[in-house]
Amino acid sequence: MTEIILTQVPIDIHYGINAVMDPAAGGIDVFIGTVREQTKGKRVLRLEFEAYEKMAVSELAKITAAAFAKWPLLKVVVHHRTGILAVGETAVAIAVSAAHRDAAFEACRFIIDTLKQTVPIWKKEVFEDGEVWVAAHP
Amino acid sequence: MGSIMKITVIAFGVAREIFGAGSIETELYTDASVGTLRNLLEQKYPRLGDLASYMIAVNSEYAEPNIVLAASDEVAIIPPVSGG
Repeated sequence: MTEIILTQVPIDIHYGINAVMDPAAGGIDVFIGTVREQTKGKRVLRLEFEAYEKMAVSELAKITAAAFAKWPLLKVVVHHRTGILAVGETAVAIAVSAAHRDAAFEACRFIIDTLKQTVPIWKKEVFEDGEVWVAAHP
Repeated sequence: MGSIMKITVIAFGVAREIFGAGSIETELYTDASVGTLRNLLEQKYPRLGDLASYMIAVNSEYAEPNIVLAASDEVAIIPPVSGG
């Protein structure tokens, strides 16, 4: 089972955990990405996330399919926020269940690492004195 | 010479700001490739060339420069992603 959700409303981190619960599971691994208050010493006021939604969903589906092909997983939920986020808010929540913890840990890490490389979602950091699209420029 | 087609190019993030719009229309010869579009856009919008990198997606798939475009394609500029 895979569930992929892009949402403009705050992410309930318990949702994914509950959704991946399974009697066959021996463990659930969760990654929660949150908005950090500073970048290179500069105070962050907020983040703005923008997504190419249908491609973001299809790229996430490729990633979760690759994870299922690589590890014996039970259920995966990927939840990503869009819009304006304040410091401390959840930007992404990934929950993975598996019969054994190694598969859950490794797949969860693979999913977040690959998401950051291939999924068309962008974040703009807004500081007191300006703003920057993360990773846009060398 | 082939005939001309109109392609709509949608843009996100920093590319949307460079275009000054969420999408633009551009004219290309009907057998134009993704690489041709790239060159044309960089001439028109030199700031695209200043990006760390960018990809072009055709119908929601990352497209290599040799892919040939059709007027019905959904074409998007994908600047460096930064989700998560």
